[in-house]
Amino acid sequence: MAQDCAGSHTSTGCASVTDAPNVLVLGIGNLLWADEGFGVRAVEELHARYEFPENVRVMDGGTQGIYLVQYIREADILIVFDAVDYGLPPATMKLVEGDEVPKFLGAKKISLHQTGFQEVLAMAEMMGDYPAHLLLIGVQPVELEDYGGSLRPQVKAQIAPAIDAALEFLAGHGIAATPRAEPLCEDFTIASQEMALSRYEAGRPDAGEACRHGDERVIAGQGWQGPLDFEAEITEILGKPKAGV
Amino acid sequence: MTTMQTPNGFNLDTSGQRVVVDPVTRIEGHMRCEVNVDENNMIRNAVSTGTMWRGLEVILKGRDPRDAWAFTQRICGVCTGTHALTSVRAVEDALGIDIPENANSIRNIMQLSLQVHDHLVHFYHLHALDWVNPVNALKADPKATSELQQAVSPHHPMSSPGYFRDVQNRLKKFVESGQLGPFKNGYWTNPAYLLPPEADLMAVTHYLEALDFQKEIMTTRTIFGGKDTHPNWLVGGVPCAINIDGDLAAGAPINMDRLNYVSGVIDRAMAFVKNVYIPDIIAIGKFYKGWLYGGGLSGKSVLAYGDIPDRANDYSASNLMMPRGAVINGNLKEVHEVDLRDPEQIQEFVPHSWYSYPDEKKGLHPWDGITEPNYVLGPNAKGTSTNIAEIDEAAKYSWIKAPRWRGNAMEVGPLARYVVGYASGHEHITEQINRTLRALDVPVDALFSTLGRTAARALECEWAAEMQRYFMDKLIANIKAGDSSTANTEKFDPKTWPTEVKGVGFTEAPRGALAHWVRIKDTKIDNYQCVVPTTWNGSPRDNEGNIGAFEASLMNTYMERPEEPVEILRTLHSFDPCLACSTHVMGPDGEEMAEIKVR
Repeated sequence: MAQDCAGSHTSTGCASVTDAPNVLVLGIGNLLWADEGFGVRAVEELHARYEFPENVRVMDGGTQGIYLVQYIREADILIVFDAVDYGLPPATMKLVEGDEVPKFLGAKKISLHQTGFQEVLAMAEMMGDYPAHLLLIGVQPVELEDYGGSLRPQVKAQIAPAIDAALEFLAGHGIAATPRAEPLCEDFTIASQEMALSRYEAGRPDAGEACRHGDERVIAGQGWQGPLDFEAEITEILGKPKAGV
Repeated sequence: MTTMQTPNGFNLDTSGQRVVVDPVTRIEGHMRCEVNVDENNMIRNAVSTGTMWRGLEVILKGRDPRDAWAFTQRICGVCTGTHALTSVRAVEDALGIDIPENANSIRNIMQLSLQVHDHLVHFYHLHALDWVNPVNALKADPKATSELQQAVSPHHPMSSPGYFRDVQNRLKKFVESGQLGPFKNGYWTNPAYLLPPEADLMAVTHYLEALDFQKEIMTTRTIFGGKDTHPNWLVGGVPCAINIDGDLAAGAPINMDRLNYVSGVIDRAMAFVKNVYIPDIIAIGKFYKGWLYGGGLSGKSVLAYGDIPDRANDYSASNLMMPRGAVINGNLKEVHEVDLRDPEQIQEFVPHSWYSYPDEKKGLHPWDGITEPNYVLGPNAKGTSTNIAEIDEAAKYSWIKAPRWRGNAMEVGPLARYVVGYASGHEHITEQINRTLRALDVPVDALFSTLGRTAARALECEWAAEMQRYFMDKLIANIKAGDSSTANTEKFDPKTWPTEVKGVGFTEAPRGALAHWVRIKDTKIDNYQCVVPTTWNGSPRDNEGNIGAFEASLMNTYMERPEEPVEILRTLHSFDPCLACSTHVMGPDGEEMAEIKVR
């Protein structure tokens, strides 16, 4: 901790120095509660449509709390997609930046990530690793109490503008996303394959057609893959030094 | 009537001042607690309410049983993997699917890794602040703290006065900035906090060290589960391939290098628990060993389903490395067998829960479970249905059902597992408990307390860390013997399934016994019922008037200041409650019920 390198046990401690800022684009929320799933659905779509340079990590934070703190600590730039109770008309999108962000994430804990994302941010701060730039892209939920339901159309319609807002913010920091020629198919979602949007909404998947992770066809056909770069992945999990550190 | 005795032996008295804590913070999910305290500040009645409705059973109806694990692991944020494991076991049980030995070893390593991770994070980040005062830590002398650290754990390398001074300065800056962050909502002037400043500083320092270290533990589940935060699971085995001699080429399956990596993580976790967590529990325990409240049901009625099968596909008690059994009426001389299929053993009751049954005098076995919400407040409730001022526990008062084992309210969790293990003479459990009792110089009865619950979690964390090594060795030996199979896909195709089957899967989740019961009809889920640990511990009264484990644990506790319920939080947190999966967030009229107030 205080002695970062000593405590971290990583083989790639503090030696490598890079100028590119670490970026974390995080979607948080619970897919099972209708519009509470906004954050996860937004990063899922962002990942399906865009490729990013190596210093950008797009992540489904789901319902996690404390376990996300290490990812926050690594980030120089943090973008969070979430359903936020701003007290605004339903489906309103609102961007909040910098020091204002924790206030909104903690104002009313509408999320099941009860540890409170505000607290997770405070933990990162206490560890001396607070992101230099923060953007919260929040959408006022229309419906939360439809358990097992999906995003309401008005909230779903905010995914595209929310992604645009994230890209614009990243562009402002000199980070460019590359549109994919074709959006990735749902089977390659970064969120839950079993709960990919169409499958989740249809509810009764046609097993004959739906390519599913863990299916024997996947295992037999090398559908399961180990990490492309194991070292890099582990390094990423364990944290890498921030730009200019 | 203001006084009554419950069948499970507690004298309730509702005449005193009512204290309401809503919500109970630093837990997952939403929970409310009301107690009556007498003129001597002793708790004489306790009421625990799950303030959310959970509809998981309802939304799984008609879905593919092979997908159920993914839904169940999204219920909440802490025990994701354990729900997924329970779910795939339930479906495998229903369909008669055997899994390969390697899959069993990998699942056990993942489950044990979760135990280690969850226990560590629970203690340091959700529970420690019930015992440790970070504001008091500012008064500590770093040199004395260093001496304390070296005395309690000579092998822990981070112990210099300068190190503690750094942490103290950081903490000071943080406190002075006015935003206490994770330390807010504390009652830092309350005399219930007993540690000297040096012990407080040492513990807060470990709060930070644990926060840094815990990320490493997750890598184990990332390697085997293919994805962190919400790993992948598979009916029939595990969704990862093994090629022990494989190179590090892109996309290669798990090979020796990766297994060695996991081995390293296991070693470091064992060292952290041994050099930090256990010594902290002993050090803190020494100052609090006079505070032996909170035993509740732990010395009377405890239940464990058992977990961690040594050999694959054998779920009999003798093959489970975490013990199974039930102890009732405080008789530790007899450990009863537990059968999750027996309709007479586990039943859920709803006379005090916001659900309807056709006949609420009777309990239902989960295979026949019904989840039909019925939100009504009792005639003596105060406030409105959307803003309850005081609950009426004589009527329905919680979104949690009341599960009972042969009619008994039971405690589940690390302490329950350790009591069952102690009573059945488990070697490692007996050794660990005796060693801890000796270190604290307390009699065995001290085990049945809030402190005992907190200590049992630490001991289990120590055991789980070591047990990972056992299964890692077993996995590697089996692979080297030529078996690299990780999944059995023989019955993966629904065409091979019978028209109608039922099954039950169980695990010991970090916070207690967990089981899912599933009925599959025409290849789809027909009924799915989860009875989760916090359903047991947080259960409301039943038709006989027995109080549940949370309620029982609060009884006869002395409160220093009733308006600062640090004792209530301390005891409730010791269960590591997770209301997210025992209930679900929906207030009446769609109103979110969570608001912070302590009346």
